[in-house]
Amino acid sequence: MITPISRGGSRAILLVLFFVFAIALPAHAKLFDAETFTLANGLQVVVIPNHRAPIVTQMVWYKTGAADEVTGKSGAAHFLEHLMFRGTKAVPPGGFSRIVAQNGGEENAFTTHDYTAYYQSVAADRLELVMKLEADRMANLVITDAVVKPEREVIIEERRMRIGNSPSALFDEQLDTALYLHHPYRIPTIGWESEMHKLTAQDEQAFYKRWYAPNNAILVIAGDTTAEKVKALAEKYFGPVPSHPVPVRQRVEEPAKVAAARLSMKNPRVTEIQWSRQWLAPSYNRGDTSEAYPLQVLAEVLGGSAASPLYKGLVIDRGLALSAGAYYDPNQFDLTNFGFNATLKHGVTVPDFEAALDDIVKNALEGGITAEQVERAKQRMIAAAIYARDSLSGPARIVGTALSLGRTLDDVQNWPDKIAAVTPDQVRAAAKAVIDDETAVTGLLMPGPTS
Amino acid sequence: MTMGLTLRAAPLGICALLVVGLPARAVTIEEVKSEKGITAWLVEDHSIPVVSMSAAFRGGASLDPADKRGLANMTVDLLDEGAGDLDSTAYQSQVEDLAAQISFNAGPDTISTRLRALKDKLAPTFDLLRLALTQPRFDPEPVARVRASVLNAIAREQRSPNALASRLWWQAEFPGHPYGLSSRGTAETVNSITPDDLRSLVHNRFAKDVLIVGIVGDITPAELKPLLDSTFGALPDHAAPGTVPEVTAATKSEVEVANMPVPQSVVVFGEPGVKRNDPDWYAALLDLNILGSGGLASRVTLEVREKRGLAYSVSASLDPLDHTGVILGQAGSQNANAAQAIDVIRQTWQRMHDDGPTAKELADAKTYITGSFPLSLDSTGRIASILVSIQFDRLGIDYLGKRDQIINSVTLADAKRVAKRLLSPDNLLFTVVGQPENLNDAVRVTPAGGIVQGVSGNGLPAEH
Repeated sequence: MITPISRGGSRAILLVLFFVFAIALPAHAKLFDAETFTLANGLQVVVIPNHRAPIVTQMVWYKTGAADEVTGKSGAAHFLEHLMFRGTKAVPPGGFSRIVAQNGGEENAFTTHDYTAYYQSVAADRLELVMKLEADRMANLVITDAVVKPEREVIIEERRMRIGNSPSALFDEQLDTALYLHHPYRIPTIGWESEMHKLTAQDEQAFYKRWYAPNNAILVIAGDTTAEKVKALAEKYFGPVPSHPVPVRQRVEEPAKVAAARLSMKNPRVTEIQWSRQWLAPSYNRGDTSEAYPLQVLAEVLGGSAASPLYKGLVIDRGLALSAGAYYDPNQFDLTNFGFNATLKHGVTVPDFEAALDDIVKNALEGGITAEQVERAKQRMIAAAIYARDSLSGPARIVGTALSLGRTLDDVQNWPDKIAAVTPDQVRAAAKAVIDDETAVTGLLMPGPTS
Repeated sequence: MTMGLTLRAAPLGICALLVVGLPARAVTIEEVKSEKGITAWLVEDHSIPVVSMSAAFRGGASLDPADKRGLANMTVDLLDEGAGDLDSTAYQSQVEDLAAQISFNAGPDTISTRLRALKDKLAPTFDLLRLALTQPRFDPEPVARVRASVLNAIAREQRSPNALASRLWWQAEFPGHPYGLSSRGTAETVNSITPDDLRSLVHNRFAKDVLIVGIVGDITPAELKPLLDSTFGALPDHAAPGTVPEVTAATKSEVEVANMPVPQSVVVFGEPGVKRNDPDWYAALLDLNILGSGGLASRVTLEVREKRGLAYSVSASLDPLDHTGVILGQAGSQNANAAQAIDVIRQTWQRMHDDGPTAKELADAKTYITGSFPLSLDSTGRIASILVSIQFDRLGIDYLGKRDQIINSVTLADAKRVAKRLLSPDNLLFTVVGQPENLNDAVRVTPAGGIVQGVSGNGLPAEH
């Protein structure tokens, strides 16, 4: 199945509580008709009415994630996400999920480096119930050794499934350490296994107390309801949750990158060479943020379509790769990445492939990106934005992601206008600023015996 | 077309939602019949200028000739790689410029397409679909390219613990039946497929008498009728005859292990289930929800994950196919714990077999299954898929209005009887890929040359 908006990349690994979907959405759309207000305790509330079906989605986003962990406690943010289902003073362990299921609801949660989110979808007449439950665990979580012990085994099992069993995930972890020299984005969201084993109830309690507060959260309600109804319920249930000072999200600064890196890994389970090249890039929040929109257009121009230079050049015309593309996701609190990736065709050598790619990219940088290509890419991106409204949770995710990264509702609403305003010159300039052979991180995941 | 795989934004996990029926209050289904006799089910929704269509032809990969296994899969991969006067790049560029989405899929029992289009681009988008269904080109370049991609996908599945465990399970349960084979085929069969084979599939299988259509969105019956005619009107009236034998999964109580150097053993398990039209379907659905739904409230999750921390993911559900029904589950457990996880699953199964669910569990499952259904109505594409499912299963256009009542009428005695009938620990076959410890009685399987031939397209628990 084609997922229309999965082409953009995100360096954040979303970790979900159990097997359900979690897709980063780089595509935004306007006109969600969202309304926002803030409670006295600092909780920002966003309501996105959608009356297609008598259902609602509640999402609570905490503006904290794995990049806010104490050194040596990797995995703490994601572990806490799991423990949020393991009971409060009022609800016993497992009770949260049971109550939601008994009421015909679906639920899950996910953790990234920058934010942690929890959601439930229920019939519209059950909104009050899930708001009550979610407000309760915002302040009243009970973390005991009795729940920490088995749940720690669960997250380590999750790591084995997502990372240990997957050569490409293992390799991506290593690539992150080359891309980020110092910033905590170099540490996997799920944690390093050796540190996960040592996470304690006390560690989790500390993370919870430090970061979980109404004044560090966003409540998004989408669906068959109104701002008026939500406001009354939010004041009733979330209003009494006490606020407390929360630290400023200040991660260590990434030093200047002066060296290119080339990592390779061989694994017998890899069938064809998986090649990638990436660079640090500005996000919506960090670096030269004016490049964030041009870079989205650049990724679409270079690799986002059948006629794009990367896909047509490498896959169709030259027959060097089975797939090839470009990715960029500006939704990151600190610096993000821009990259190319490809699966090489059997028998094609890396030098031959790289020579062809370099040729294509050089051509693009030296004036090969045409005004017509840019216009076509922009039209496509803007037209497809309407699809973001074709679901209940899509808009809630887009808005929640943006606000938890410190952006505004207007930023989200104006995305099509911002894309429309991007000029070919801006695309070329952004390409030149980011694509730099001196600091590239190139990855080669290759078939072969483990060394 | 395969763009570069996103390295980090891949969806994590499998969505295993329950898809059973629609509440009447949320949607109104209308049957629309075109001039040329094409029938479609329509749900009008004018809230945004978008239309989704899901369409399926009965008859899928299971009809592939044995020596051309993988034909349906390879054909659908090539339908959008050039059609009519448009070569591959021209075709796909037109789809992109319309901001349209068109995809094709070959399942065991159907070949299907999904389309999503902007309201003001309906005619040209549907025309591109017509071209793909009636005049695909199968030019040498895309055929060679897609063949290479399919061969790589086959090789990857053979090296993936999840795909291999599933493959071994289907192979052991359905020997000699197409359901036991991968819908992708093997390297040998895929290499034998010619452009003429591809053309004959299109000619033989895309026909009006096996077509099912569901449409949802910003479109009226009057607007839809001419689109149905222009898109599907030129198809032949009848598909070529082809039958797939009815079959029941083997009943073997066994653990089969294939060695793969991974830290977590992947376990697939299951036994015979019920077909969608079985009178016990709803009782079975409720029993499996209580026993194995993917959520955190099921018995296997409680026993394996919550109490013992033996797995991150464990679930089981009904997987109905057109000619059989199975109960299929999966779990992932570190190598040292896989044997214990299997024991716990067996014990949990045994308790459900012996005692069935409690009255409280059954009531909760009914609330969940009736209450959660409207959650699947949140996008035009999901509703369109449901419209096709209901038609495929011949449940009737009034099914949605009856569904809650049918589920609520299942009695505790029904649920207990069906648990006893279906959930037999003695019939459970476990296939394990990894390096599990303490599975001394397991049958060691060595996929030929380290490679198992073909991988089932059925995969892990389906959306049913």
